[in-house]
Amino acid sequence: MDELAAVAALNDPVRRELYRFVTSKGRPVGRNEAAEAAGVARTLAAFHLDKLVEAGLLEADFARLTEKKGPGSGRPAKVYRRAPGEHVVSVPPRDYRTLALVLAEVVDLLGGDEVAEKAAHRIGARLGAESAAGSLAELLAERGYEPYDDDGLLRLRNCPFHVLAQEQPLLVCSMNLSLCRGLLEGRGEPGAPRLDPRPGECCVVFPQENSKTNQS
Amino acid sequence: MHLAQFNVAHMRAPVDDPLLTEFVAALEPVNTLADAAPGFVWRAIANEDDPEETITHEFGDHLLINYSIWESRETLWNFVYRSAHLAVLQRRREWFLRVAEPYTVMWWVEEGEIPSLKEAWNRLTLLREKGPTPDAFTFKEFYEPNGDRG
Repeated sequence: MDELAAVAALNDPVRRELYRFVTSKGRPVGRNEAAEAAGVARTLAAFHLDKLVEAGLLEADFARLTEKKGPGSGRPAKVYRRAPGEHVVSVPPRDYRTLALVLAEVVDLLGGDEVAEKAAHRIGARLGAESAAGSLAELLAERGYEPYDDDGLLRLRNCPFHVLAQEQPLLVCSMNLSLCRGLLEGRGEPGAPRLDPRPGECCVVFPQENSKTNQS
Repeated sequence: MHLAQFNVAHMRAPVDDPLLTEFVAALEPVNTLADAAPGFVWRAIANEDDPEETITHEFGDHLLINYSIWESRETLWNFVYRSAHLAVLQRRREWFLRVAEPYTVMWWVEEGEIPSLKEAWNRLTLLREKGPTPDAFTFKEFYEPNGDRG
């Protein structure tokens, strides 16, 4: 898939809203629900959702959205979720990813985890202090973590370092935790983010006090 | 096919040394987590009645071994890196020495097959001698059951 075309598929505001809604749920989303959230008719939502599938940004599946079974339960509904894979467009071309992979391997070979964690903490603190975000959740959202409230905990749906975390999970997840601690420190907020990894999400979770701060 | 994984860790002290107390204390919760993890098939157990007992072997002193079988790369990956096991793994330097040679190996086995400990050790030796091959590989340089690079 042409990277630029994939990203360009989000140029339409309705489509962007639908994409944002689907990806914010962390579960398959039906057409009705998406249409309602975007404030458009079901047929228009269906059209745009399918365009997003064509562009490779969402993937579609069929699922029963109600518990009912047997006759009368209706046929399975088309549902959408974020497609795996990532699309990067840089003009002019830049390739920070390859360099990051090389550097991560170097750190690993040198056994430099602790130094890397300290550097991540420092840089996190700087980013936290410099950011104009009104809350921690806003800052995390700006940084691509896609935070959401989970029973008082602030969890992160997206790992912004996914490819690197696949290559060097121990190093990258530790660095990410340090970076998150730095972000909080840079904002001058108390709290202790910790690791609580789950499949398909970022490994860091912020405790209740940080979750509350951002709702005020 | 199922995925077998075998790894060795060089302890900084004998297993009953205070240095390893916290590691030994983590054995039961982490093993309980593994047993309940999606895709878990089997793991080598030293003593059914004592979850803190480690496996005895002839491969060297202060060498802790860990041997298990999983349904797929993904399920093993999710247990190792996407569960509470990760936090224990991150403290590895407190308890284990850094080693330059590979310390973990994977290979495919028939469903229901449980290769001997000696066989597992031979796979690790193969990886150390020949590098990753379809017979002995790692997460980073992974091979599918048909021999394709994963």
